Amino acid sequence: MSTTAPLPALGRRILGSKVLAALTSPHGVDRYLEMINPMWAAQDVRARVVSVHRENPDSDAAPVATITLQPTATWRGHRAGQYVQVGLDLPGSAKRMTRCFTISSAASTPGEQITLTVRAHEEGQVSKYLVAAEPGTIVHLSQAQGDFTLDESPATPTNNHLLFVTGGSGITPAMSIVRTLLRDGYDGRAGRKVTFLHYARSPEDQIFADELAEIAAADNDVTVHLFHGDHVFSEFELRRLVPRHRDTDTWACGPAPMMELVVAAYDGAPEHRLRTEFFKAPKPAGSGSAEGDVTFARSGQEAPNSGATLLEQAEALGLSPEFGCRMGICFSCTSRKTEGTVRNVLTGTTSSMPDEDIQICVSAPEGDCTVEL
Amino acid sequence: MVAAPSYIDEVLEHVDLQETKRLTEEQLEQFGAEMDAIRQRILDDLGEKDASYIRKVVKYQRGFEIAGRALFYLPPAWPLAVASLSISKILENMEIGHNVMHGQYDWMGDPGLNSRMYDWDNVCPGEQWKYSHNYIHHTFTNVLGKDRDIGYGILRMDEDQKWHPYYLGNPLYAFLLMIFFEWGVAMHDLEVENIVNGSRKIEENKALHAGIMRKVKRQALKDYLLFPALTGPLFPLTFAGNVTANLIRNIWAFNIIFCGHFPAGVATFTQEECEDESRGHWYYRQLLGSANITGGPLMHLMSGNLSHQIEHHLFPDLPARRYPEVAEEVREICERYGLQYNTGPLHKQLGSVAKKIFTMALPPKKG
Repeated sequence: MSTTAPLPALGRRILGSKVLAALTSPHGVDRYLEMINPMWAAQDVRARVVSVHRENPDSDAAPVATITLQPTATWRGHRAGQYVQVGLDLPGSAKRMTRCFTISSAASTPGEQITLTVRAHEEGQVSKYLVAAEPGTIVHLSQAQGDFTLDESPATPTNNHLLFVTGGSGITPAMSIVRTLLRDGYDGRAGRKVTFLHYARSPEDQIFADELAEIAAADNDVTVHLFHGDHVFSEFELRRLVPRHRDTDTWACGPAPMMELVVAAYDGAPEHRLRTEFFKAPKPAGSGSAEGDVTFARSGQEAPNSGATLLEQAEALGLSPEFGCRMGICFSCTSRKTEGTVRNVLTGTTSSMPDEDIQICVSAPEGDCTVEL
Repeated sequence: MVAAPSYIDEVLEHVDLQETKRLTEEQLEQFGAEMDAIRQRILDDLGEKDASYIRKVVKYQRGFEIAGRALFYLPPAWPLAVASLSISKILENMEIGHNVMHGQYDWMGDPGLNSRMYDWDNVCPGEQWKYSHNYIHHTFTNVLGKDRDIGYGILRMDEDQKWHPYYLGNPLYAFLLMIFFEWGVAMHDLEVENIVNGSRKIEENKALHAGIMRKVKRQALKDYLLFPALTGPLFPLTFAGNVTANLIRNIWAFNIIFCGHFPAGVATFTQEECEDESRGHWYYRQLLGSANITGGPLMHLMSGNLSHQIEHHLFPDLPARRYPEVAEEVREICERYGLQYNTGPLHKQLGSVAKKIFTMALPPKKG
């Protein structure tokens, strides 16, 4: 694997230089480097799969695995709780699929290895491929994104109580934060009171079980409560375990039904006390009806879906998205659909993939749909 | 007294009835449906082959580019260096740049081959070109007064462009446009002719100026300063080589592109004809408004498959490597509908374009 080692610092300086950028204009250095070695980059971020570790070998549910990635030297590091977009060129289809995954390892420094802990959803082509990836596979990454982080400066740490409430795969960002606290704290201690509540389907489905047991047993200020099966989240129990939960900085991440209950439990709490992160699972294709709501995320506009093309619906709401031919040939109107199903009015094909670029002049939503406009 | 020309007479002036058949509404609809079916079939079949093809072309193009830049260090290899760099620039502009910026490979999800990200090795900013080309030219192909590719605002390429003594210079302007083609393309969006005739204000160009200047600076810095400087004492030779490579690309691109819509027999349309036009009529107009060049695989590659201008105009967003395979079907459909399919070898199409450039320079004969 020596040929896919990340670049040393000097190489990075040269590759990132203005002269090289000018010489390789308009394409950029990376369009040339990628032909020599995918782990060399000046701007792009890619990563090589180092290893894949199955987290729930005894579960008959969807496999969960932790994938260790060695990013290119261009990786700027991440804050605990952030996620990253992973792009895969799936063999056979020639289409690059991009999905977001939370980084499960502790906060990383530039160029440092990270891990993703991924559940292989039935329809999730990317997640299925990742949990079975061969070491050496190259994936495309974004820089780390997201605000579901421990929003305190490590230079001026506070010692207030922290609470994490997670369900299923929602454990990953909290895990990253707790791992960071334990790593960077004093002598293996988080340095403050931390309460970690997690809800899993069954003991076999409990990921990170051994590590969580270790964390729970150690003298480190972290209290871990694991709940399985029908023992679902309730405000009553939260009050019992953390009596002043509304005054405690809380991070919650999990499936939608749990999140609704958590949000309700913080009703009336001071603003920003509760930080939430929702899963975004692919929705099944619509029944062909035009019902549902269309949301234009950037402008904050929302309206019942009229069945017309997204461009027409946006215009009906007073938005003026960029457009050209209005017949699907010029790609001027291409916009990102973050959620929902759209039907191409020319071909009749539907597509339900999240975070997909679509031509809004020939795309009509089927059911709920969110577009970045 | 002669009555005012009726709508139909106006239409007939533009389409040579001897060669071109007009279709009824139903025929147009059927014709459109057959074209849609071809399009759908190719869309369903897109995959690995198309992806590896374009990646291979990119790889070869980069290879020619690097070889060209490197060979300038060997003065005896100067012609080889120029040839290599010219091939690189032609491939990059035509088979890669033009086609990628059409969105032909957007489905791959690769930012390096995405129409929204890509910019080509050419002084015209991709962002501006996409507007004037993908939208204006491809939507309003050969519609007089709408498609600014008709004569590029400086030439008289159609009888219905009113003659003016200015057009006596038609052959000269065409020659200059050929030599400075990339600059002509970059200036295209400024709509200088509309500023001269007063229909566009010079302030409207302000936003475009910045983009063009940025791109021009980058291209000039690379080709005319940095790479020559890197060869040290060979600066003048490398400089001359880069100028030559850009010139060769200009001449080649101009010739291919002028064969696309200007050979004899290519139809133009009026704006009235195209009001509320059906999808079938749009296809019909694309077909009659374009012309192909016959040739082998090398011709198709080096022209970015614009040797299949007809198929490109029918299916601008399908990967261009598919045009040859689609062409057989399109031709067969044209025969069935009795529609003209304009094609010929490069020398014949070029001769026809040259003839038009010269004839249009002169005032129309009074008939």
